[in-house]
Amino acid sequence: MTTAIAVPEEREKLTKKALTADHPTWCPGCGDFAVLAAYYKMLERRQLPQENIVTLAGIGCSSRFPYFVNTHGAHFIHGRAVPLASGVSLSRPDLHVFLFGGDGDGFSIGGNHLEHGARKNINLTYVIMDNFVYGLTKKQTSPTSPIGFKSKTDPTGAIDHPVNPMKKLISAGATFVARSHATQVNHMIQMMERAMDHQGFSVVEILSECVEFFPGAFDSSIPRKGGTYSLIDEKKWDDTPEDEARHDVTDEIAAYRLANLPFPGLFGVFYNIDRPTKNAMEKKWISDTRAKTGNRSDLEILQKTFDRMK
Amino acid sequence: MSTSPVVEEPETPPPTPGGARADLRPEHIREAVIRLAGNSQDGIQSAGAFLARLAGRSSQDVMTYMTIPSTISGGASIFQVRIGSGEVLSAGDEADFLVAFYQHSYDEHIHHLREGGVLLYDSDQVEPDPEEKRFVHVGVPITGLTIEALGGTAKDKGKNIFTLGLLSKIFNFDVEKLKKLITERFGGKSEDVLNTALMAFQSGFAYPVGNVLSRLYHFEPADASAQAQITMDGNQALAYGLIAAGVRYGAGYPITPWTSIMEILRSEFPKYGGLFVQAEDELGAVSLALGMSYAGNLSVTGSAGPGISLKTEAIGWASMAEIPLLVVNVQRGGPSTGLPTNVEQSDLYQAIFGGHGDSPRVVLAPRTVEDCFYVALEAARIARKYSTPVFILSDTSLATRIEAFDEPDLSGLMMNPAPDISPRDQEYKPYALDHLTHHAPPGSRMLGDKYPVVTGLEHDEMGHPTGSPKLHAAMTAKRRRKLQELAKEIAIPEIHGDPEGEMLLVGWGSTYGPISEAVNVARERGESLSSIHLRHIHPLPEGLAQIFSRFKRVLVIEMNDEGPYGYGQLASILRARFCDPKIHSLTKTDGLTFRVREILEGALK
Repeated sequence: MTTAIAVPEEREKLTKKALTADHPTWCPGCGDFAVLAAYYKMLERRQLPQENIVTLAGIGCSSRFPYFVNTHGAHFIHGRAVPLASGVSLSRPDLHVFLFGGDGDGFSIGGNHLEHGARKNINLTYVIMDNFVYGLTKKQTSPTSPIGFKSKTDPTGAIDHPVNPMKKLISAGATFVARSHATQVNHMIQMMERAMDHQGFSVVEILSECVEFFPGAFDSSIPRKGGTYSLIDEKKWDDTPEDEARHDVTDEIAAYRLANLPFPGLFGVFYNIDRPTKNAMEKKWISDTRAKTGNRSDLEILQKTFDRMK
Repeated sequence: MSTSPVVEEPETPPPTPGGARADLRPEHIREAVIRLAGNSQDGIQSAGAFLARLAGRSSQDVMTYMTIPSTISGGASIFQVRIGSGEVLSAGDEADFLVAFYQHSYDEHIHHLREGGVLLYDSDQVEPDPEEKRFVHVGVPITGLTIEALGGTAKDKGKNIFTLGLLSKIFNFDVEKLKKLITERFGGKSEDVLNTALMAFQSGFAYPVGNVLSRLYHFEPADASAQAQITMDGNQALAYGLIAAGVRYGAGYPITPWTSIMEILRSEFPKYGGLFVQAEDELGAVSLALGMSYAGNLSVTGSAGPGISLKTEAIGWASMAEIPLLVVNVQRGGPSTGLPTNVEQSDLYQAIFGGHGDSPRVVLAPRTVEDCFYVALEAARIARKYSTPVFILSDTSLATRIEAFDEPDLSGLMMNPAPDISPRDQEYKPYALDHLTHHAPPGSRMLGDKYPVVTGLEHDEMGHPTGSPKLHAAMTAKRRRKLQELAKEIAIPEIHGDPEGEMLLVGWGSTYGPISEAVNVARERGESLSSIHLRHIHPLPEGLAQIFSRFKRVLVIEMNDEGPYGYGQLASILRARFCDPKIHSLTKTDGLTFRVREILEGALK
């Protein structure tokens, strides 16, 4: 149906304008605007072929992301975006798979999928915008809400122990785990870019304030509000005495130690190791299996199978 | 042997020492029902499968039936083979031959042997009722002879193959063909395993069974011009059908009786450059499959009822986002964990109506093992054309039974699996109201510079979320119209029997065989009975009202409960559709397939 279409040879530069789609429906002042801006910036910087970028999401305020980005995209159901993205990643190695969502989508209803996506080390980049509250449904306790947070479902203050996203991700087996802040655009771009370049399940948790239902949640990490914003000092492997004290991103125990620091803790890369991706291992199995069949045609392989069943 | 009954032989001739008698003449038969009853770890399924495959290679028609215990290892189990030189429609109500390996096998199954039938029993394990004169008793010390033949270490493992040798003698089976099958089956293992199997077979075959049975049998040759036959079970047929249909990706989670399909696909897809993923759970499985389908590769997921319940929300997304998806449900007894290894057709409502909102999906049901193969092709065709989820409702009985069927002409059937990522022009709209949706998967360049978002929110033609009442009505109608369009292209079901008369039986799924056989039997007796079998259940084909109008009564036959108003699931749907009070219902919920006799009793009472 499409053979007659003339495809222009020249590609225009991928600009913010080309990447912009619908106007975001987020509340004014929402931290997610800055995350969106950082995503545009990173894509602009990298100039990937536009048709090979996929922006996916589950359900939640932040999961509206795909509508605001002019790339191929899908807005899926609540909590299942990791397996959806895994299906895209595993069946289409030519694509760059980006997944966006919130703390409820990722750590509560989708917690099991997060575990297994991480364990299998599926090649994709997952940005979790963590606001410590259910915003779309108007202020219920979320899995990351701190103890004592008063919500409509915990009118006298949250009592359940919150998820520690960094610890959960590292223990699940994610191979790139970073933390950033929606007020720090350059840092977000850096983290997203490193996550994208990482082969495997890469996650960036971004503290992104919900100004409507949990205003001030992150004030203690915002310098202009009197908080402290401190970065992880990563090892440079330069054989200097200072390097001794720096963080080794391949050291799992050290990563847990950083993750255990009291809020607001540190920002940057907690953990980053190389482990074969499921994509690569399945690909090898497929090519070995294909070689065993002598790279025969589909028809020949199935016919041979049927011949054995006569 | 119903068409050519064995003459009763209440008296067994005295055993003569020294091998088979020379005067034994084979009696020609057209068909036989052989039931093997033992424990599941004895390998009676594989002995039965050899018989089925042999029949297939001899161009005979064959159908099997088995029960598997849901215990992890062991437990009573049967395998029934019906072999015929003509058309075989069901596994047979009663056995002509019962092979009883244990006392419990005898006690449980002797009443399934028809009068005058042959009881072949392991005399080391079974003591038949000495007063029982209705059957021909043939005792063979199967356990002892197997141990003797194979030596100590194997113990009595190999009884199944010994018995196969015994049956080969009794039925004059083609020994060379069977040995070849055994060699193919065990040849890949160590030489010892193969030699042991052949030894067991040989000693069973050499046993002088003629001393205790005065007659041997011989199948009349089947039509020599018959096409090459393929012998497999329903789950295999479905899996290979998916491959022929160009399905190369999928995801699943283990559950009886669906598991063997995912095992096959996991090993087979890579040969074709594809991939089947074992997911962390049913929700993950359907979501993975949807990701693959969204990426342009029509994908499959599957399960049994409990897993389909879990997948339901995501299937609703497929309806709304208009993503093609194949959903296999190998039905078992429900609700909840129910009867994991029994058969039921109680997930029809779930397939058609499961899920919230108006979420149209297509529902197909294969009627035989052969049809499992072709239904997969039809399901894939529909999913691609209408960009919608399609259910394939199989069941335990189809999944586990082995049938021989004409080899499909693969070269004419293979479908192209490649995703269409060609560039789309300026006019492209993902959800155009005036024609069927065909998505542009990621990787497709959008020359109008507007990239599509597929979504589970109600949307406009471009995929933007909308709360517009007009658009919700229009898009709901667009999704529903796919089923109306599809209904127009489905063939009207053929009537088996007279085109008009007293009573029409209506069936769906695996009840095809016993219903058709019931019609044949009734017509031989001079009764007016016809049947149709629905393969497309949702939407229904057009023209059913005209067919119903030619019969005085319509009786819908299905393996589910009659519900509070006295009608099974398909019967209720047909009554709602046609408002016709002459539509009645015959249901059963014992977890077993319909017997021909049960249908005749229900229809002609």
